[in-house]
Amino acid sequence: MNRIRVFWDSSVGKKAVMAVTGFIMVAYLITHVLANLLVFQGPVRINAYSAFLHGTGGALWAARLVLFVSLVFHVTAAIQLTLRQRAARPIGYEGGRTPQVSTLASRTIRWGGALILVFLVYHILHFTLGTVHPDFIEGDPYHNVTAGFRNPLVVAFYLVALAAVGLHLYHGVWSGGRSLGVSPPSPHPMRRRLALVLAVAIWLGFTVIPIAVYAGAIK
Amino acid sequence: MNLTLHIWRQSSASEKGRMVRYEARDISPDMSFLEMLDVLNERLIEQGESPIAFDHDCREGICGSCSLMINGAAHGPNRGTATCQLHMRSFRDGDVIHVEPWRSRAFPVVKDLVVDRRALDRIIAAGGYISAPTGCAPDGNAILIPKHAVNTAMDAAQCIGCGACVAACPNGSASLFTAAKITHLGLLPQGQPERYRRASRMVRQMDEEGFGGCTLYGECQEACPKEISIDTITRMNRDFLRGLSTAGRGAVAESD
Amino acid sequence: MELKSRIPPGPIEKKWDRHRFEMKLVNPANKRRHTVIVVGSGLAGASAAATLSELGYQVKGFCFQDSPRRAHSIAAQGGINAAKNYRNDGDSIYRLFYDTVKGGDFRAREANVYRLAQISVAIIDQCVAQGVPFAREYGGLLANRSFGGAQVSRTFYARGQTGQQLLLGAYQALEKEVARGGVIMYPRTEMLDLVVVDGRARGIVVRDMVTGKIESHAGDAIVLGTGGYGNAFYLSTNAKGSNATAIWRAHKRGAAFANPCYTQIHPTCIPVSGDYQSKLTLMSESLRNDGRVWVPKRKGESRPPGAIPENERDYYLERRYPSFGNLAPRDIASRAAKAVCDEGRGVGPGGLGVYLDFADAIKRAGAQAIRERYGNLFEMYQRITDEDPYQVPMRIYPAVHYTMGGLWVDYNLMSTIPGLHVIGEANFSDHGANRLGASALMQGLADGYFIVPSTLADYLASARLEKMDPSHAEFRLVEDEVQARTRRLLAIKGRRTVDSFHRELGKLLWDKCGMARNASGLAEALRRIPDLRDEFWHNVNVPGSDTELNQALEKAGRVADFLELGELMCRDALHREESCGAHFREEHQTEDGEAQRDDEHFAYVAAWEYGGPDQPPRLHQEPLQFEHVHFAQRSYK
Ligand SMILES: Cc1cc2nc3c(=O)[nH]c(=O)nc-3n(C[C@H](O)[C@H](O)[C@H](O)COP(=O)(O)OP(=O)(O)OC[C@H]3O[C@@H](n4cnc5c(N)ncnc54)[C@H](O)[C@@H]3O)c2cc1C
Ligand code: HEM
Ligand code: HEM
Ligand code: SF4
Ligand code: F3S
Ligand code: FES
Repeated sequence: MNRIRVFWDSSVGKKAVMAVTGFIMVAYLITHVLANLLVFQGPVRINAYSAFLHGTGGALWAARLVLFVSLVFHVTAAIQLTLRQRAARPIGYEGGRTPQVSTLASRTIRWGGALILVFLVYHILHFTLGTVHPDFIEGDPYHNVTAGFRNPLVVAFYLVALAAVGLHLYHGVWSGGRSLGVSPPSPHPMRRRLALVLAVAIWLGFTVIPIAVYAGAIK
Repeated sequence: MNLTLHIWRQSSASEKGRMVRYEARDISPDMSFLEMLDVLNERLIEQGESPIAFDHDCREGICGSCSLMINGAAHGPNRGTATCQLHMRSFRDGDVIHVEPWRSRAFPVVKDLVVDRRALDRIIAAGGYISAPTGCAPDGNAILIPKHAVNTAMDAAQCIGCGACVAACPNGSASLFTAAKITHLGLLPQGQPERYRRASRMVRQMDEEGFGGCTLYGECQEACPKEISIDTITRMNRDFLRGLSTAGRGAVAESD
Repeated sequence: MELKSRIPPGPIEKKWDRHRFEMKLVNPANKRRHTVIVVGSGLAGASAAATLSELGYQVKGFCFQDSPRRAHSIAAQGGINAAKNYRNDGDSIYRLFYDTVKGGDFRAREANVYRLAQISVAIIDQCVAQGVPFAREYGGLLANRSFGGAQVSRTFYARGQTGQQLLLGAYQALEKEVARGGVIMYPRTEMLDLVVVDGRARGIVVRDMVTGKIESHAGDAIVLGTGGYGNAFYLSTNAKGSNATAIWRAHKRGAAFANPCYTQIHPTCIPVSGDYQSKLTLMSESLRNDGRVWVPKRKGESRPPGAIPENERDYYLERRYPSFGNLAPRDIASRAAKAVCDEGRGVGPGGLGVYLDFADAIKRAGAQAIRERYGNLFEMYQRITDEDPYQVPMRIYPAVHYTMGGLWVDYNLMSTIPGLHVIGEANFSDHGANRLGASALMQGLADGYFIVPSTLADYLASARLEKMDPSHAEFRLVEDEVQARTRRLLAIKGRRTVDSFHRELGKLLWDKCGMARNASGLAEALRRIPDLRDEFWHNVNVPGSDTELNQALEKAGRVADFLELGELMCRDALHREESCGAHFREEHQTEDGEAQRDDEHFAYVAAWEYGGPDQPPRLHQEPLQFEHVHFAQRSYK
């Protein structure tokens, strides 16, 4: 019988898809956070970088396509798995089920993910299309960012979304390796140094920007 | 000591169930949890009420019959302990204890605290074995197995099939149970020929039974009376995925 | 009734091979047409069902647990014997045979025991092939330990969970056959009676424990692997559900019951802690390899064990049995413990306990080595007693553990009812009056994997069996009897719970028919049991109905049978005017308190034929010849 079917129909297969797509998005986030940090070096560099990206034309669209497809698969699998998991326990525990070891990150993976999705839509309208931006200047991300984060509500929303991203990664980067069956056995399977470092780095890298702008450290 | 119990009562699969409150008087801390229920049942019978049905047999933590959700924890508060090995000294006088059956779509309630776990047998039947019909075996020492390999296999082989992993998993996933068997047999030389086919069939059966997928919450490992590690789940995923790749030598095609 | 043991002629080493050649075979095409009913999914039942299905028979399997994997065999800890002589320490098939006959105190059939020893070798190979993770040496070879009463290392083990791993091997083979369609498994289904049609066992009547429905299953042969009846004593190391119902109802349908009084008392169990006690927990005998057994020399010693100096301790096993010491066979170790406790030197609450001390072993080998060997047992002990055996010595006391008695079977493992085969602990087995450690797993698997599959073929090929289905009048009849019995139990609505009767019976049997027995005690038990049985049938309170999962009803049926079997046990113990193996009659002991056999009058198997309700049973004797192992007073001094 058809291997692809078996793969996609199985819970393990879907998880593998989530892991791979997840890691693709993680890779993007790493480059993205580094790029964004250029704002601290003033308008020239970051705008140049943006210009360079937009200059590449085809490559940019290719990357966008990969990211978009990843997101679609990631989210589709996430929703399907979530539905299965809901269906697997139609009747819950009256006395409640007391979590023993599961991390906050794992328990918020779904809502966090949903929040990230909402954030993404807003974020693209905000900084890429500028639709929801008070004073958007095509090709001047420095201005867009500094102007964009004047509004406390926007900043607040970003901070929440970024927290979700951080948590999502703290679980995802760790579990992804296990979903793909590549993590080595460990005497303490719940430990996750790499995921911790990565999640904190990415979260911090992003978070300092809106704060810095709002605090006026970046003009 | 005296305790207040809230216990799930359900006269049959078709009836609706509810939590019922009971007072357990002068319980000895040396009693096991099940002996406490025995005492309660004796009193219920003497009062002409119907005793509480619960699964149990060996009462030594090895048969996997006992299966109680105690205060939201599968097999109760203690690590690496099956319900039958839980003693009342783990509770304090005046405690309020909630007792419920395992909850999973694949484990329909039969009565009170008794559930139907045949889904786990079907997962084993799907491939949780080594095909070695009686009579065909070579000498036991013809196959050399490194000590550490046997020890790791044994760690997983200890699974008692109680289903606590399912009960504790927020997803109602049977991954730990399935992975434990895949790991036990997959680590041994005798288990190699059927390794990928086994993983492929068992995982698919697990899904078919309506268990959830694994999000790596890790609750199962904590609830497991044999403390089986979620490393086994990593292994299950690897073997399943390899089974689909060419490395698996067409495990899927073969198995259908 | 006559007892035809069907022991094949010829030299003992050749008997089994020759017999296998002479037995008839069922032609492959016909196997499919034969339905075999296997009751029990323990080591014996599961291995038989799987193997019969592999051979091509249609198998129906039954067990009362919710899964065949939960059979009581799962609890076996210590290990399984096999005459592999991997250790090159002088073991051999003949030595295993010799040790078993001698250990059984000359009350087993030589031919059967020899066959058991021969097959033991193949069992290990079979289990390894199935993926049973037996302990290994660093070189990758199988490890061995020496086990209760044996001076060679012939015991194979998987940590302290040998039974579990062996059973899972058999269970997985069984599920493999279930998936293939060769076996239909009926869990949560209890056999309540046997159906005999013109002298042959043709079916069983069962109760679906979930719906309460009484149903019949017909077959060409029946195999009972339903385990032992140690739970007649209420407190035993057996699983709570272990029961005698299947074999007892078969007995009432005409199967002879052999040596019911041979019950093994295991020396190393955790002592009783209170009257709520529901079962006793075994601490594997393997602990005696490193633990030293002792009690204080002084009566009523009040100091904690640590505070008692070496010279005030009595290592009584090492003292009385210098050559075997702490490894003295079970019956001897148990009686010795009882003796010191009767002297008032017992330790722990109620003075019913002796110390099993690992201090020296830990000094010698180090705590780590000990943890590797017994880690899970130590944990189990600490969980139950809240004491740490690495720090303070364990407290142990003997408990009912195994029943050597059971349904009488011939060399083909067939009972006195043609077509009814009995395997594992349920038959009267190859252990004589006392079973050596790690030999029950061996016997269960020998019966199930290797013996019954071939002997059953001989029966099916020889017997002319017409088609049979549950519509036959005889099935209706038996169903009605079963139904009536259940209804009656529910109708009594008396004032006492089933457990209260079971506890009372158990205490009575333990006191009068336990580690030591005497004529007056047994006579008293024989007076009191019928009264207790009578009260049971008038005053038991079984709640609920027969159309639901009703655990009280299940218990009631089992206890009703124990109340009849218990009487037979005492009757058998009373009639056997000797001490042999586990059966110790105080009237028959040497001046230094050792068991005294009477080979002249009692070298036979006592097979009891059911005499009818409240009628005395009829005794039949199968004389035992010993051509290879010559009568000798067992001495482990
Ligand atoms: C704690 C403990 C430790 C032991 N350790 C060892 C050891 O180390 N080495 C060793 O050799 N032996 C050991 N033994 C003995 C050994 O485990 C048993 O003798 C052996 O497992 C019996 O296996 P069996 O297949 O005959 O019966 P069991 O394993 O008892 O199986 C009985 C089966 O019959 C079914 N059944 C019973 N009645 C009915 C009924 N009425 N209707 C339907 N089904 C029924 C049950 O469901 C079960 O499946 C130990 C025993 C105990 C109690
Ligand atoms: C946009 C909406 C998103 C949703 C709804 C979402 C949802 C989820 C869910 C539900 C899981 C757990 C799957 C499971 O184990 O059941 C998950 C895992 C994961 N997510 Fe997301 N996520 C989203 C975005 C992202 C993004 C942007 C990234 C990367 C930056 C990401 C990376 C990961 C990773 C690596 C995993 C681990 C996969 C695994 O455990 O195998 N996710 N996501
Ligand atoms: C403070 C945090 C962030 C800042 C300041 C920021 C900034 C920007 C800017 C300026 C752009 C437009 C780039 C350009 O058009 O040249 C952009 C695009 C984008 N950002 Fe962010 N971003 C942040 C966080 C995130 C996060 C957390 C995610 C994902 C979860 C994300 C995903 C994207 C995506 C997908 C695009 C579209 C890229 C494209 O144009 O193809 N960003 N971001
Ligand atoms: S893995 Fe652990 S919890 Fe799950 S069934 Fe096996 S023993 Fe029970
Ligand atoms: S708790 Fe559930 S999600 Fe996976 S790790 Fe255990 S099965
Ligand atoms: S009763 Fe057997 S494991 Fe608890």
